[in-house]
Amino acid sequence: MAARAIGPVMLELRNIALSFGGVQALRGISFDVRQHEIRAIIGPNGAGKSSLLNVINGVYVPQQGEIVFQGRVRRRMDRHEAARQGMARTFQNIALFKGMSVLDNIMTGRLLKMRCNFLQQALYWGAAQREEIAHRARAEEIIEFLEIEHLRKTPVGRLPYGLQKRVELGRALAAEPCLLLLDEPMAGMNVEEKQDMCRYILDVNQELGTTVVLIEHDMGVVMDLSDRVLVLDYGRKIGDGRPAEVRADPLVVAAYLGNPSMPEGHA
Amino acid sequence: MSELQFFAEVLTGGLLSGLLYALVALGFVLIYKASGVFNFAQGAMVFFAALTYVGCLEKLPRWTGLAADSVLLVWLALLLALAAMLLLALAIERLVLRPLVNQPPQTLFMATIGLAYFIEGLAQGVWGANVRGLELGIQDVPMDWVLDHTGMIVSRFDLFAAGVAATLVTGLALFFRHSRVGRALRAVADDHQAALSVGIPLATIWRIVWAIAGFVALVSGLIWGARNGVQFALTYTALKALPVLILGGFESVPGAIVGGLIVGASEKLAEVYIGPWVGGGVESWFPYMLALLFLLIRPEGLFGEKHMDRV
Amino acid sequence: MLYREAGQFKSSYADDQRIFPLRQDRHAFWALLAAAYVGVPLLANDYWLQAILTPVLIFSLAALGLNILTGYAGQLSLGSAAFMAVGAFAAYNFMLRLPWMPFPLAFVLGGVTAALAGLLFGLPSFRIKGYYLAVATLAAQFFIIWVLTKFPWFSNYSSSGVITAQVLSLAGYKFLTPVSKYLLVLICVSLFALAAKNMTRCAIGRAWMAVRDMDVAASVVGIRLMPVKLLAFAVSSFYCGLAGVLYAYCYIGTVEPEAFSLDLSFRILFMVIVGGMGSILGSFLGAAFIVLLPIGLDHILSALPGAWLPAGFGSNLQLMLFGGLIIFFLIVEPQGLARLWQIAKEKLRLWPFPH
Repeated sequence: MAARAIGPVMLELRNIALSFGGVQALRGISFDVRQHEIRAIIGPNGAGKSSLLNVINGVYVPQQGEIVFQGRVRRRMDRHEAARQGMARTFQNIALFKGMSVLDNIMTGRLLKMRCNFLQQALYWGAAQREEIAHRARAEEIIEFLEIEHLRKTPVGRLPYGLQKRVELGRALAAEPCLLLLDEPMAGMNVEEKQDMCRYILDVNQELGTTVVLIEHDMGVVMDLSDRVLVLDYGRKIGDGRPAEVRADPLVVAAYLGNPSMPEGHA
Repeated sequence: MSELQFFAEVLTGGLLSGLLYALVALGFVLIYKASGVFNFAQGAMVFFAALTYVGCLEKLPRWTGLAADSVLLVWLALLLALAAMLLLALAIERLVLRPLVNQPPQTLFMATIGLAYFIEGLAQGVWGANVRGLELGIQDVPMDWVLDHTGMIVSRFDLFAAGVAATLVTGLALFFRHSRVGRALRAVADDHQAALSVGIPLATIWRIVWAIAGFVALVSGLIWGARNGVQFALTYTALKALPVLILGGFESVPGAIVGGLIVGASEKLAEVYIGPWVGGGVESWFPYMLALLFLLIRPEGLFGEKHMDRV
Repeated sequence: MLYREAGQFKSSYADDQRIFPLRQDRHAFWALLAAAYVGVPLLANDYWLQAILTPVLIFSLAALGLNILTGYAGQLSLGSAAFMAVGAFAAYNFMLRLPWMPFPLAFVLGGVTAALAGLLFGLPSFRIKGYYLAVATLAAQFFIIWVLTKFPWFSNYSSSGVITAQVLSLAGYKFLTPVSKYLLVLICVSLFALAAKNMTRCAIGRAWMAVRDMDVAASVVGIRLMPVKLLAFAVSSFYCGLAGVLYAYCYIGTVEPEAFSLDLSFRILFMVIVGGMGSILGSFLGAAFIVLLPIGLDHILSALPGAWLPAGFGSNLQLMLFGGLIIFFLIVEPQGLARLWQIAKEKLRLWPFPH
């Protein structure tokens, strides 16, 4: 890993519990995320990884526990507040705006930074026009970074899966987040696409200092990328630490890594 | 007559006409459960069915040479109207539903608005647009027995209509609970893909359900038509099944009945008690406003399940 | 070979963000505007102005309104005509009760009143979506028309709620001729079409589309759903309201609440579907199509040796055609005439090569 100082704790979840009807998705999870680190969450299907991410930025409301973000203690996070405080995320099943172009999707990521009201926009004169063009320039930087210049006017619904994932990352980056939540950014990708995605995540983390929380199934990727790994199983935390430590933890190995049905490299 | 008696009379009248709303709403619920389509054309189907029946009754003596008061005529007209509804159901499945499968619900909804226009145009194009009476042989007169014993005016016709509605609802409920089609329907309502994968023929189920909805429309059309005349305004009356559905939930048969009763009773009470203060005509909007207010408090309906968006 | 973009380089984002990035498109558009503002007033006769062009423009405005709400923000409404009625009756009352008020201000206030009504009936969109909301908008349709019919104050105690539009005059000039009314409508429609285009290509338009396409993701991006939806309702109702004002003052002249019926609401919805959801151009194409179809149908039927046609055949055929066309468009080209136009342009750009 490159020289990049891991800072103090920026996000802490304390004793979070979440259930849907009778199903307990999360049972008393506590964990923290430090500034500038890449924090991976792993676990078998149904372990509660996505639910945990959804609790962090307020898509789900936990029945119990506290969320501490940027020094403020909250019973629940509000989605809007999370975005305003600098959280951005991607979703497991891609939540792009299907009817809009790549460029518009990425511009949507910058909405919170735009100040003009709708009357100014209706006139599209002076401030509103300058603002649109300034933000367009920033959006183009992201498009260039993700190497999708040729697709900027294409409706995202027509893009293949791998590119959609990339656009979704672009939309999250457009918000210039301090905390990036990525839900299986590499699922369903081939090796090359995965390498590209890893590079983007590392670049963002190292050059912009963005903190990343990431759910991933590919153990190779997790071990290479992350600073610390949280392991979930059936809504419980069964491991937490550096990749090497987690890998050696007999509990984790028993529950997950050592599962012979999951071949090495794609555990 | 005492205030309370008057109230009870209005309430009873409202509840009885509410059963008719429930009947129309039942057609919606069946189709919604089976094909996930919010069928805006149900009202048009009611109109089409009633008009076809009346139209056949008019034309049949000339076509067949039967005497105009023959009982056979009624049965023949019923049979023809039923056949027309069946044909309509088959055509809808083939020409509208099948090409639009897997489209978003909003698209299907708008398609049924188009369907409503088409059916209304077709019905009037074939049978003409003039208002017609429909005679079922039941007088819209107070029942002597009730009048003698309670002093309330309860229409014989209303009671008859309510009886028909109740029989139909019970019959359909039993049919869907115990027949193979019913089981298949419930499977389809639960999960289209899963139902397909265990070999339930989706298209057949749709045809059957739309045909049954057509039958329900025919019965509702006959009763509504006998009461108000067979005319275009029937489609507006049938529209009131929509607030009924909102109150009862789109997927619930008991919900449709309870919703119908609530709408029927409350709009009559509103007309009688609020109407005079504001110049009358409250019935035209009251059910919709009621549904609107209800939505703000309990969006999932009386019997609907609360569900959470999963992402 | 005329429709080529070779040699046109966009050297700034401002260039790329113009409404018509292609020079040929720009020229065509200016030519169209010149024709509408100069050619039509010089050449068209009163029948064309009154019976065709003016209503097409007015309904384009209403369709724009509904398109903002349904096509862009994804909130289905079946009550557009009621908001037209609010606009018309509000403008009438402003001019009646405040005679000093110049009519453009009354027109705008008519639209603002409709916007407030839209805001009110948009509130349920906080809890409900899809066809639940559609049923809720039916409440607006029936309730508003009932209020305007039952409370004679709104129509200044005229019989059966009919209002007769006052003569419009500005700085001594009276708008009496069809040409002057046509031009007035044209000015309103071009201004507000431009405003709609601007809104939909800016941040607010993207927020609307985000809410339409995926509301959970929109809220995660930081969009507050409620204000964004309500703004769509308000802007949409403003457009419909203004269309209603123009309908009363520049087209019909004498109008009763029942003219703004559920049927009219549906026709506006049909304009949006046929023209193209989420398209400014589509609103115009759809309005033209739906307004012209019955007129064209009448011409064809009257040209037939039609003694054998039953009474009311035309209007029933019209219903069937409308219904059939809606289903046809939803099945074959859900993005409507606007999409067909776009495909034709792409073909032309590549011509004579197939791809």
